[in-house]
Amino acid sequence: MTSATATLDHASAPAILPAKGGIAGALSDLFWRRPKFLLMLMLLPPVLWLGIVYLGSLLALLLQSFFSIDEYSGLINREFTLKTYGELLLPSNLDIILRTVSMAAMVTLASAVIAFPIAYFAARYARGKWKALFYLGIMLPLWSSYLVKVYAWKLILAKEGILTWLLAKLHLIWLLDAWLSLPIVGGNSLSVSFTGTFIVFVYVWLPFMILPIQAALERVPGNLIEASSDLGASPRQTFSNVIFPLALPGIVAGSIFTFSLTLGDYIIPQIVGTSRLFIGQAVYAHQGTAGNIPLAAAFTVVPIVIMAFYLWGARRMGAFDAL
Amino acid sequence: MRSDPNNRAPLTLKIAAGAGLLFLHLPILLIFVYAFTTEEKTYQWPPPGLTTEWFAVTWNRPDVWEALKLSVQVAAVSTAIALVLGTLCAAAVSGSKFFGRETISLLVILPIALPGIITGISLRSAFSLMDIPFSTWTIILGHATFCVVVVYNNAVARFRRTSGSMIEASMDLGANGFQTFRYVVLPNIGTALLAGGMLAFALSFDEVIVTTFTAGQQQTLPIWMLEELVRPRQRPVTNVVAMVVVLVTLLPILAAYYLTRDGDQIAGAGK
Repeated sequence: MTSATATLDHASAPAILPAKGGIAGALSDLFWRRPKFLLMLMLLPPVLWLGIVYLGSLLALLLQSFFSIDEYSGLINREFTLKTYGELLLPSNLDIILRTVSMAAMVTLASAVIAFPIAYFAARYARGKWKALFYLGIMLPLWSSYLVKVYAWKLILAKEGILTWLLAKLHLIWLLDAWLSLPIVGGNSLSVSFTGTFIVFVYVWLPFMILPIQAALERVPGNLIEASSDLGASPRQTFSNVIFPLALPGIVAGSIFTFSLTLGDYIIPQIVGTSRLFIGQAVYAHQGTAGNIPLAAAFTVVPIVIMAFYLWGARRMGAFDAL
Repeated sequence: MRSDPNNRAPLTLKIAAGAGLLFLHLPILLIFVYAFTTEEKTYQWPPPGLTTEWFAVTWNRPDVWEALKLSVQVAAVSTAIALVLGTLCAAAVSGSKFFGRETISLLVILPIALPGIITGISLRSAFSLMDIPFSTWTIILGHATFCVVVVYNNAVARFRRTSGSMIEASMDLGANGFQTFRYVVLPNIGTALLAGGMLAFALSFDEVIVTTFTAGQQQTLPIWMLEELVRPRQRPVTNVVAMVVVLVTLLPILAAYYLTRDGDQIAGAGK
């Protein structure tokens, strides 16, 4: 307090306006002269909250991943060990990790392919009302309830659901049956197969891919495209040499969401999927019924490490400016 | 990106974009039909008949009301916390350049950039390490953490468009910092905060993953739905709740859109 008053006294001499009266006035004079102090005061609550609640819990989790569980008593042994991480390398656990990562990669790729035309049209051709329509057309499904979306697909993919009905009308049931009889991707019905899981993942994360691509495309100056065609490039060449490279940071930015969200989700594979687990389901099972928090913690470190590398790479590609 | 009026979109692009939008919307519309179906046990399409009786049944289910009440409570408190923290952080980050600025914006984004399950299990393991019992507050703790980013994104975009000279002018005219905030800053960022608050509310209202880890016996509406999806009791009631949830979340999204549409639609301002 004394140092604060001293600053006030010292600084009040050359001021043009007289010092403002009252506590509010004195305080605001102080803030005006010492912006660093105001800055600190503003940052303190959010940094404290995120630092303690979020980073604190993350550290707690990390700590637990170095504990182990006693196989006989089922109690957590609070001694530093890498044994739990070793368990991740067991074939059954490695399988889960590989399955999740490859699903995330496929979902990301498919989302980018479907998202691009929508984003491209919205950024380049949609104007006025159409622009607003496209914007809402992407935002509404993005913000609609996640569980409702998953549920809607449960209805669609069910054996007696609308997709089977549609395919029957088109006389394409043989195609569905052939697909479902394939190993790995098939199953009893689409709602209990990897194909189903994949479709729902793509559907649910798609808007997260569209928005950053659209943002990146909107920043491509129109005269760049004109210059390209003036110089004799065909539309195809303009696309692959001008537009696509400039949209790439947007795609990478979108892929951060689709990849990360798929890595951690456990609801979709649980509701629309097979009994073969994903990382999220393994985490949930180990921390819940099995009570093996160290192994659950070690499992979560996998997406954290993957995402850390991913974010690092994305940053180098300038994807953060497209977020 | 500008294009001259003669520059028409190729037909294939139009079809691809239109099909993409349909793909995004048709499944949600389907829910509306199922809310009226007379079929109780299966997901049969087309519905054998249409009825409104399930709306009355849903209305009289106390468990639905309780879940709804908890969801609203949690979302309201989390939004309030997120509004304060997000605005403070946005004001600090957009107002000046300082050491660690990048780190702080990363810290705000992290709870949403990392999969929700990490936030969930981190909080759960922290609660168990510190022997904190599950309550409404443990749910709020988790929700507020990832809601901050939504408010922050909206506020930061608006702060960037608000010129600093207006604040200086206000101070020069003799207003103190609090008056300046009340009469200059707040009217400028007000609608952005309102929009951010609505989106934060919608985000919290819809959150499942973090909630499954931070709730004890209590059920928010999404947890109730998840329970119904895994162990169905009365399928038509789930259909009705799903439809109502779609309608209810529609309104804040539309409102948020109208409040922020004046040019600061930053991509990624979403979740």
